[in-house]
Amino acid sequence: MSTLAIELVRRARLRQRSRWTAVTAALAVAAVALCCAMLMLGNTIYPVRDVAAVLLGEEVKGAAFAVRTIRLPRMLAGLFAGFAFGVSGYVFQTMLRNPLANPNVIGITAGSSAAAVFCIVVLQAGRGVTSAAAVIAGLLTVLVIYGLARGRTFSVGRMILVGIGIQAMCNSAITYLLLIAREYQLPAAVRWLTGSLNGIRMEELSWLIASVLIFTPVIVLLSRPLQMLELGEQTAVSLGVRTDRTRVALIVGAVVLSAAATAVTGPIAAVAFLAGPIAVRLAGTARANVIPAGLVGAALVLAADLVGQFAFPVKFPVGILTGIIGAPYLLYLIVRMNRKGEL
Amino acid sequence: MNRHELRAERLVAGYGDRMILDGISLEIPANKISVIIGANGSGKSTLLKALTRIIRPVSGEIRLDGKPLHAYPSKRLARIIGLLPQSPVVPEGITVADLVGRGRFPHQSLFGTWSKKDYEAVAEAMEIMDIANLAHRHVDELSGGQRQRVWIAMALAQQTDILFLDEPTTFLDITYQIEILDLLTDLNRRYGKTIVMVMHDINLSVRYADYLFAMREGRLVAEGRPSEVVTSGLIKDVFGLDAVIVRDPVSGAPSVVPKGRYHNGAGGIASRESGYAADWQAAGQAPKGKAEEGAATVTAVKAGS
Repeated sequence: MSTLAIELVRRARLRQRSRWTAVTAALAVAAVALCCAMLMLGNTIYPVRDVAAVLLGEEVKGAAFAVRTIRLPRMLAGLFAGFAFGVSGYVFQTMLRNPLANPNVIGITAGSSAAAVFCIVVLQAGRGVTSAAAVIAGLLTVLVIYGLARGRTFSVGRMILVGIGIQAMCNSAITYLLLIAREYQLPAAVRWLTGSLNGIRMEELSWLIASVLIFTPVIVLLSRPLQMLELGEQTAVSLGVRTDRTRVALIVGAVVLSAAATAVTGPIAAVAFLAGPIAVRLAGTARANVIPAGLVGAALVLAADLVGQFAFPVKFPVGILTGIIGAPYLLYLIVRMNRKGEL
Repeated sequence: MNRHELRAERLVAGYGDRMILDGISLEIPANKISVIIGANGSGKSTLLKALTRIIRPVSGEIRLDGKPLHAYPSKRLARIIGLLPQSPVVPEGITVADLVGRGRFPHQSLFGTWSKKDYEAVAEAMEIMDIANLAHRHVDELSGGQRQRVWIAMALAQQTDILFLDEPTTFLDITYQIEILDLLTDLNRRYGKTIVMVMHDINLSVRYADYLFAMREGRLVAEGRPSEVVTSGLIKDVFGLDAVIVRDPVSGAPSVVPKGRYHNGAGGIASRESGYAADWQAAGQAPKGKAEEGAATVTAVKAGS
């Protein structure tokens, strides 16, 4: 073969790779900037110097309490939950090759939410039990959806439709539980309807952070086989991917991430659904977009929370704002897929 | 290319409870182009899927160089047997170089760092398919013919000795069909790659195949060199179609001219049983333009659909 062809390939690849790296770095910078903003902004605006001092353990009058007890947990919850939703959505969308296939739309998040509300309202359980129940319910929901959706051959479209049905059932269960809830339980329980970062305490975050730190590397390690799955089942098998095994590992990772995030913040609407496509559009397909999708998810949640907190006279929970962005995109997608005959 | 022995024995396979392959035994001729023909639902795609381990046989066995297919580590097998499925999925926004590069997966470590060999294999594959100058283009912007060349390049970058293709020409214009089949023939003649295809177009199958497998209802009804096995009896048997076999004036291979209710060939060219039409006298006497037109029609006829 000619050196020219090698050079053309090398250049095409390099261009794609540099774009990916640049976009990922930019997304990381954006996420960090939003994190800083979350710590600085509030009833009182603290300069970077004070925030840094508090984080380093110094006692800065006034700032210490607000930053450490209120803003830091809120920021970390937004960061990790957004990241988890983003990664989880990307994995589902890529693996099932359908932008509608993500934990929000196919009802996994709703399953986790329903279990969490049940734990809070009926069992009056603590955080640990609630989180565990949310994760287990998420996995069970996947099994139920998969079981109902498999006919003679597996179909993603059927899985999405069954998921939408399951989601409706879970949501009605949540509504019922909220109706019978005691008044003091309501603030904690209402979070399960829209998703919110209000009143999250540091000790609630350990599960979520641990899940992200454990499962993100697992998914990154599986991201090359994931890219092959994207080419279709048959191509993936013929390229030597052990598709069943890979799929199960990816599903478990993605479900744990989305359930752990749901257990802390509630189902923040549309983040899992938006993050992947945005990341792919920005970064290209040179590498799997696991990390970019996570960063986009985190940036979306943090930005939406900042807007919800400070842009209007009334404070809105983050899920309402992400929902406002997500709904039109969902409609756009459905119209486009319908035109292409993919629905 | 290395010589491999790929054999199936009493293969039974299907989907769920529905069995499609009914005890097929065959050996894929090494370093040749084989084409599997048959009517819709005869099991030709299923056979291809079983031979490429997409579906697992219910009973019977497939052996590659004497060892059962499932005993191979999956990546090692992917370095020997490649497959281009009928409708592979193009991820949104993927570039040509990226897609072709994915064919290197079975040769790479978990992290997918590219070695010099990877670059060479991808460049070579793109050059053979004449798409090197499209390297940076998005696959979804390309024409159907270009896109099919990209997919074949991906399968070539995989550098397997055996390549299976499931209807590689189905959605293409006739010009691209010939172009793709010529390129595949190049691969076989130049590098000795074993090629196995499922094809719909009976006349192109016959023209390009070194070896034919004819299927009906999940069984193999005939196999062998096209010039030996293609008879009007076989076409009747496989497709349930009355046809006259003539000599393809371009390649010399047998060519199937189907009959129908409106065109039943009374007084036409003699059928294969009575030998080829005496040196194509009929065609020779016809005006030149008409004869060419006739040949083109024969080639474009889709059997079995």
